[in-house]
Amino acid sequence: MNYEAVIGLEVHVQVKTRSKIFTRVGAGYGHEPNTLTDPVVLALPGTLPVMNKAALDAVIKAGLLLGCEIAPVCKWDRKNYFYPDSPKNYQISQYDQPICLGGSVEIELLGSARNVMGEHKKIPLTRIHLEEDVGKLNHGTSDSLVDYNRAGTPLMEIVSEPAMHTAEEAYAYLTSLRATMIYGGISDCDMEKGQLRCDANISIRPIGEAKLGVKVELKNLNSISFVRDGISHEIKRQLAVVERGGTLMQETRDFDGMTGTSQSLRTKEMAHDYRYFPDPDLMPVKVDEAWKQKLRAECPELPFDKQRRFLADYLLPYTLTSVLVWDRALADYFEEAAKLSGKPQAVGNWIVNDLLREIGVAKIALTESKVQPAHLAALVQLVDTGAVLANAAKEIFVEMFATGDQPDAIADRRGLKAAPTDASELEQWCRDAIAANTKALAEFKAGKDSAINAFKGPVMKASKGKANPKLVDETLRRLLGTM
Amino acid sequence: MSSEFFFQSITQLAAALEGKTLSSIELTRAVVARTKAVEGRVHAFNSVDEPDALAQAAESDARRAAGQARGPLDGIPIGLKDVIAVAGQPLTASSKMLANFVSPYDATVTAKLKNAGAVLWGRLNCDEFAMGSSTENSAFGPTHNPWDLTRVPGGSSGGSAAALAAGEVLAALGSDTGGSIRQPAALCGVVGLKPTYGLVSRYGLIAFASSLDQIGPFARTVEDAAIVLGAIAGHDERDSTSFKTEIPDYRAELKKRTGPWRLGIPKEYFADGLDPEIGAAVEQAIAFYKKLGCEIKEVSLPHTRYCLDTYYVIATAEASSNLARYDGIRYGHRSKNATDIVDLYFQSRAEGFGAEVKRRIILGTYVLSSGYYDAYYLRAQKVRTLIRNDFLAAFREVDALITPTSPMPAFKIGEKADPLALYLCDIYTIGVNLAGLPGINVPCGFTKSGLPIGAQIIGQPFRESELLAVAQAYEQAHDWKTKMPSL
Repeated sequence: MNYEAVIGLEVHVQVKTRSKIFTRVGAGYGHEPNTLTDPVVLALPGTLPVMNKAALDAVIKAGLLLGCEIAPVCKWDRKNYFYPDSPKNYQISQYDQPICLGGSVEIELLGSARNVMGEHKKIPLTRIHLEEDVGKLNHGTSDSLVDYNRAGTPLMEIVSEPAMHTAEEAYAYLTSLRATMIYGGISDCDMEKGQLRCDANISIRPIGEAKLGVKVELKNLNSISFVRDGISHEIKRQLAVVERGGTLMQETRDFDGMTGTSQSLRTKEMAHDYRYFPDPDLMPVKVDEAWKQKLRAECPELPFDKQRRFLADYLLPYTLTSVLVWDRALADYFEEAAKLSGKPQAVGNWIVNDLLREIGVAKIALTESKVQPAHLAALVQLVDTGAVLANAAKEIFVEMFATGDQPDAIADRRGLKAAPTDASELEQWCRDAIAANTKALAEFKAGKDSAINAFKGPVMKASKGKANPKLVDETLRRLLGTM
Repeated sequence: MSSEFFFQSITQLAAALEGKTLSSIELTRAVVARTKAVEGRVHAFNSVDEPDALAQAAESDARRAAGQARGPLDGIPIGLKDVIAVAGQPLTASSKMLANFVSPYDATVTAKLKNAGAVLWGRLNCDEFAMGSSTENSAFGPTHNPWDLTRVPGGSSGGSAAALAAGEVLAALGSDTGGSIRQPAALCGVVGLKPTYGLVSRYGLIAFASSLDQIGPFARTVEDAAIVLGAIAGHDERDSTSFKTEIPDYRAELKKRTGPWRLGIPKEYFADGLDPEIGAAVEQAIAFYKKLGCEIKEVSLPHTRYCLDTYYVIATAEASSNLARYDGIRYGHRSKNATDIVDLYFQSRAEGFGAEVKRRIILGTYVLSSGYYDAYYLRAQKVRTLIRNDFLAAFREVDALITPTSPMPAFKIGEKADPLALYLCDIYTIGVNLAGLPGINVPCGFTKSGLPIGAQIIGQPFRESELLAVAQAYEQAHDWKTKMPSL
């Protein structure tokens, strides 16, 4: 029998806010343990939560970006369970009325080749809700320490429908979701800092069967590649169990990305009863049309939409767009330089081949680059008019990256401009070149346009490489036209 | 001026302080001395800090000398129930769980009282985590009723009521979840006000049942209660359930409101189980209002019989979650016998909580558990709405309601061993919490054996001014408040 896997992802994304979700103390990563705390975070007797509106703004915005329906009221519930990382021993969350319902994440699967766009799919979402993050346990040999810095950080839970079937789809889903969150300024989604965390629900069923199989929840998928590896491993494990006639159990398993193995954490019988009930300390918050409208206005164009536009409007090749659109700052940079120069493809090539390389070597961010869009546009124009030759332009770019000087100034200073035109001298070199190659002349006259290139080499050589190629071409054509 | 400052009203004392015939230091010393003299018998306090109180009094006197006195509470010793946080002072909730806990921060009401210049004096005993009606559930021993030391002062704010009745404070704050201010006020013969839910910030009040808890004043007179209420009321951005509303000058409002009022008598509150002496005293109070020209009207609150059940579902559900934070991890009692983390929770909570607290946590956990939630918690919330609607319907016909506060006068310590019998103490006060209304206890006589009796007046949401005026009309025509317990 042939089986297919069914995968649903639960993704937790930390919302980037200045302060925590229910109190004013700052939120952040990498601080001294237990310094981002206050009486509310530590759940001291008598403390009460007060909602941080910025966190709700962010999750509504996330919902708008993903096409979710936004609930008219934001309601808070308590999820009760005991664990030392949870200071109140309940987590403020949203149970039966999540703030966002439905929506989808657009994904792109791998194409047949690197320069061919792959298939696009929309993975439907079940819901997105907002809750508070918990603290962190650090286990020593004889004791465990708790750091509550993370406790109370706003956290979104984004739940997909069980609508993916391969580890690659899950990988593409996470990649796209992460880009969307970063684009929207909702989160930095740094998995190493725990800003994006993923659990996967995986089952298998005979192809053609509509009913879902027994679900296994896979936890601790700490990087996007671990998600792919973990899911892949779990599908194989389930198939192996079924193939040898075994029965799958509903359970939660822990995936170890280093060893590529998983082990059972708990079975269904050990599942918690969270005793959800509405939090009496927090009033429901009404989300009206004006509020949504204001946030909708702040929503950026999403990467795939941008890519479609870049392909259509700038006629860029797919490979360039697939590099440019995933970083919002880079895409903006490109558009600015493209508009200034009027040469989008040249700008795209410079960014992808040169700018990204130099930035990578220098280990700096795009915003720190001394080459601003205006610099790049100016360089592209110098090349386009023939004032600077391709090889010289490469040199100019490197110096421009180091100094931030204008390309024109660098070209002058370094003597990298194409030679000032002495029309009679150039014409003589051209006549010499044509006279020296009667075969090419005959071909050209017979209609083979590319035969003209045979004359250019000798002209450039005679000019010691400084002749303006555009002028060379024009002069040759003018002379050839008279022959 | 009498040497017994401690039996005077804030109004009288504020005038003396203002007239500089009395200093806050003198007054505070008198209160401290009184406390030392009677506390061995009353046990109203869990802890006191004499140097701290005298330092506050000295600051008050310095302010006054500099012409910067802050109003009627400046220099007046006030006690706080030991569930309200005061920075640098113990905050125990009368529980072994928090026996060694010191609060690092002030509750909002605490900050407001400090701002008004009050001298905060002592941490007042109560039932553990405010759960009870007799103050017998305190881990630090029961408080004794100053009118009869063999009897309870009521609860849960029994320490607040008893300390005031005994002259150990001049006013006190308590908290009221199902009657915990009004019932002990009735049993100790003082004024006790539970404000409208949302009028006073709960930030810094140890939560018992969040949707029912409200802080309020104990005072000798209605006017004193109005003064304290004015100091602690108001919207607080640290409490999402606090209401944005204009706070009137309650004391000034008292003088403007003279009635007559339309008063409702809910028939369900005069049924079986009411002590006849209390019934008679409340009837006399009603007769007084009639004589005053008030329209007296019988009304019905048909869902009253569901109040107790509804309350014990909602209050315990919220409590089971609110008290989960007391786990021995970050603060509070931690068992020394635990073997692992789960055992640490079990042992710390088993050792730290008393029987009544455990009983309510178990009950609340049960009603919230999967499969029971709809039948208990959800249904209770629906009934709660019906109960509130009963009151709101009555208020379309009347301005306030008059009922007994407690079905019985103070009972003997240890007399009510059955928890269910104790739950009945709050039968007349619980509905007010479920409906979020303001309610006040006004002393309205004594039993033949000399125990105080109280009448409860219930007002409309956020109309404390009117409620206080109704209460004061009765108070000013009677001299119950001049009688003090002999200790």
